[in-house]
Amino acid sequence: MSTVKGAPEAASNGPRLTKKDFESDQDVRWCPGCGDYAILSAVQKAMPDLGIPREDIVFISGIGCSSRFPYYMNTYGFHTIHGRAPAIATGLKLARPDLKVFVVTGDGDGLSIGGNHLLHVLRRNVDVTILLFNNRIYGLTKGQYSPTSELGKVTKSTPLGSADRPVSPCSFALAVGATFVARTVDRNIGHMEETLKRAAAHKGAAFVEILQNCNVYNDLAWNVLYDRESKVQHELRLEHGKPLLFGAPDDRRGLVLEGVKPKVVSVKDVPASALWVHDETDRSTALILAQLWAPDYPIPLGVLVNEAGQPIYEDLVLKQEQKVIADRGPGDITALLRSGETWTIK
Amino acid sequence: MSDAMAPASAVAKPRRTLTRAVIRFAGDSGDGMQVTGEQFTTEAAWAGNDISTLPNFPAEIRAPAGTLFGVSSFQLQFGSQRVYTPGDQLDALVAMNPAALKVHLADLKPGGILIVNTAAFEERNLTKAGYGKNPLEDPDLASKYRLHQVDITGLTKAALDDLPLNAKEKDRCKNFFALGLVSWIYTRPLDPTLDAIKKRFAKNPTFVEANIRVLKAGHAFGETAEIFAENYGIDPAEMPPGVYRSMIGNRALAWGLLAAAERTQIPIVFGAYPITPASSILEELAMHKRFKVRTFQAEDEIAAVTSAVGASFGGAIGVTASSGPGIALKGEAIGLAVMAELPLVIFDIQRGGPSTGLPTKTEQADLMQALYGRNSESPIVVLAPSSPGDCFYIAYEAVRLAIKYMVPVMVLSDGYLANGSEPWLLPDPKSLPDIPAKFRTEKEGFFPYLRDPATLARPWVRPGTPGLEHRIGGIEKQDVTGNISYEPENHDHMVRTRAEKVRRVAQEIPPISINGPHTGDVLVVGWGGTYGAITAAVEEAQMEGKAVSSVHLRYLNPLPPDLGQTLRQFRKVLVPEINSGQLVRILRAEYLVDAVGFNRVRGVPLQTQEILEAINQLVEAAR
Repeated sequence: MSTVKGAPEAASNGPRLTKKDFESDQDVRWCPGCGDYAILSAVQKAMPDLGIPREDIVFISGIGCSSRFPYYMNTYGFHTIHGRAPAIATGLKLARPDLKVFVVTGDGDGLSIGGNHLLHVLRRNVDVTILLFNNRIYGLTKGQYSPTSELGKVTKSTPLGSADRPVSPCSFALAVGATFVARTVDRNIGHMEETLKRAAAHKGAAFVEILQNCNVYNDLAWNVLYDRESKVQHELRLEHGKPLLFGAPDDRRGLVLEGVKPKVVSVKDVPASALWVHDETDRSTALILAQLWAPDYPIPLGVLVNEAGQPIYEDLVLKQEQKVIADRGPGDITALLRSGETWTIK
Repeated sequence: MSDAMAPASAVAKPRRTLTRAVIRFAGDSGDGMQVTGEQFTTEAAWAGNDISTLPNFPAEIRAPAGTLFGVSSFQLQFGSQRVYTPGDQLDALVAMNPAALKVHLADLKPGGILIVNTAAFEERNLTKAGYGKNPLEDPDLASKYRLHQVDITGLTKAALDDLPLNAKEKDRCKNFFALGLVSWIYTRPLDPTLDAIKKRFAKNPTFVEANIRVLKAGHAFGETAEIFAENYGIDPAEMPPGVYRSMIGNRALAWGLLAAAERTQIPIVFGAYPITPASSILEELAMHKRFKVRTFQAEDEIAAVTSAVGASFGGAIGVTASSGPGIALKGEAIGLAVMAELPLVIFDIQRGGPSTGLPTKTEQADLMQALYGRNSESPIVVLAPSSPGDCFYIAYEAVRLAIKYMVPVMVLSDGYLANGSEPWLLPDPKSLPDIPAKFRTEKEGFFPYLRDPATLARPWVRPGTPGLEHRIGGIEKQDVTGNISYEPENHDHMVRTRAEKVRRVAQEIPPISINGPHTGDVLVVGWGGTYGAITAAVEEAQMEGKAVSSVHLRYLNPLPPDLGQTLRQFRKVLVPEINSGQLVRILRAEYLVDAVGFNRVRGVPLQTQEILEAINQLVEAAR
């Protein structure tokens, strides 16, 4: 059974770890000003609260700027090949369901070259926490457009603008059956930390899209959430059981659902009972929320869906193994060799 | 009731004793030819014969009935002497329809037994097979072969007249009529087949009754029908004493892994994506979860291998299997295991290529891919089993070397070994070599790339071990510390170290076993599934008094340390392969010997006769 040691109260033996305990001795090699620094800091800050011994934590990554992440975490880590981290993590969890495994990926690594593996790790509900740093650009290869770049994006590889439409990472994750999907942003360490903790506590595949700034090749791609005035206008904080509200204090707006169509209303124009109340356990409304974006709609941040108690892939596999061993005993190669039709030559 | 069901005639027919026979059952892919062949194999095994089999089926699951490309066949050779191959030419051919006759007749020896199911030789089938007129009416056929025209379909139906089965169900029993008849012709015991029928249809007594009746009807037909003047006995073969079972290559690979899992007490994570002819390894392992083998049917070939790499990182034995096209997709991930220096076992069940090629046919053309099919300097260990049963030992050896040297090991099997079977003397699992699987837990002096002085292996650490937290990856690392390093001299050092580590596996290779004298005119060097054909040809040449020996390589990288000096003891070196000359190129490059290839790439095993001819030509040239 997958028994990840953990839950804060379980880690009572030994001194409480701090952020510093999770910093490795390696020099961090991201560009100065990169959003990855803030994410690294938030992850390191969140770690002690997970209550999981450092040696039981593994960070797996693929290729790209984000994928250097494991080198900077003082845990076990494996920096693998482009796009394949979810599959590596799946094998690792089959071997070692007791470990707490994080996958760090990016929009290119996770949604382009590794899109297939991301699909399957989520649909299988492998117990891993996936952090997808979305900066809407290929940074490590120096500035080509990515599968989340907006249509018409002018980059080195698309001098006349890109001709392909972007994918929404959270919509993708929800559509393929992820049991935990959230979105957060690199400029809000507190929100990142809280979101990461919730994702890490989820049993099953947890997917977190982190909107991240590449200040060299795609600076301010998320300015809609950085710019003070725009942020006030568009940021929608999701809270389970609370109405979906956003906007400036003097101009509070909310969302209502007309059938399956979301609609922005002024709070003062509708009764409170008419407002759309966020329900993390409702996948169908989460799918609607994941597609909302400025300027017509607010941008939801926080937990879109959180389905507890769904079957976990490696648990089911291990249960089969344990059952067959309990029923029939462990494997015996000598007996197997002699099973079925044999004959003796004297 | 037909005459065929009448009690056995009291007239005993003469019986001749043969030393070996080659038989092929051929029919539509829905005719049950594989079952028939397998069942006859079991009968011959019970009779104590040595056996080698060659199933051959189309890539299409149910190809349109009656077509040439829909023909499925099963060939076997059985004998009272050592049998190395399924045989070149056929002593007997059973053709269940015109298409089967058309495809296979050319392989039947002049004077050979030809049994045809006359009911299938009607206009539609004849047209589909491309016959302008019924070949059975051609007098040449009966004069060239011992033609037996049997209404197998009709006799089957007659035998089942009173059973509550529909026409289709009755028709499906006809392969057992053919089996019964051939069992009579070659006097093989029906008992194992009777047992198998009872087991197979345990839930349906009517099917048991039907199949047994038809089997016996076929047998009785041989005995009573006037057309068969004699039948044949084949004495038991001289084989080493012990308990035997019939073994096919893919099952043997799977069981070799199980033996390794049991010995090491380390779980195996087997990642695979279905592909012909490797899928049956996944299916076999999935039945043996008691051995802590966790099978993972991955989303693609890349996930199959990377899951195995992830498992090895976690302290399990990561294994993946595929065929050539899948191995091509796995290349980058194998390179990661080379770089991360993790144990990884890869089975490549070679098939005809390139691209989709001939999915169900055999080939040996992935040797270069195994050795060099990855970016940059990416050495791995490469092994090749020489027979279906040898697959067991090779799989076990692959795990042993992968763990001992912290290195990927690729096993090159092929479609012929995968599905071919042989009587296999059961090994004693206790006699298998030990697998030194140790995880480092010692904190003091730990570095991720600190090496064992004898093997150059780095320590294997299970995540979860306190104090040994470390990061590895595909980026070049500084030796010992494992820190990222782009330093030129370090890279050169690491490239050489990874190569040296694989080279040191040579210390594990036993001395070469030479079949024949240690010097002479011609040394035949082979690898993989050609072992049987080469050995049979070499022994025939030796009987003819030729100074010919052979060596069969199970270790292809590194090569055996004594191979170079062995090659130099012969005037000529012949390298038969089912490719256009891969090992021969390596031997020439490695040892500067003027080795010559014998190459046929037809999707079928090499024939003993053609290798013998190549040997004889080279013997002449050596003179």
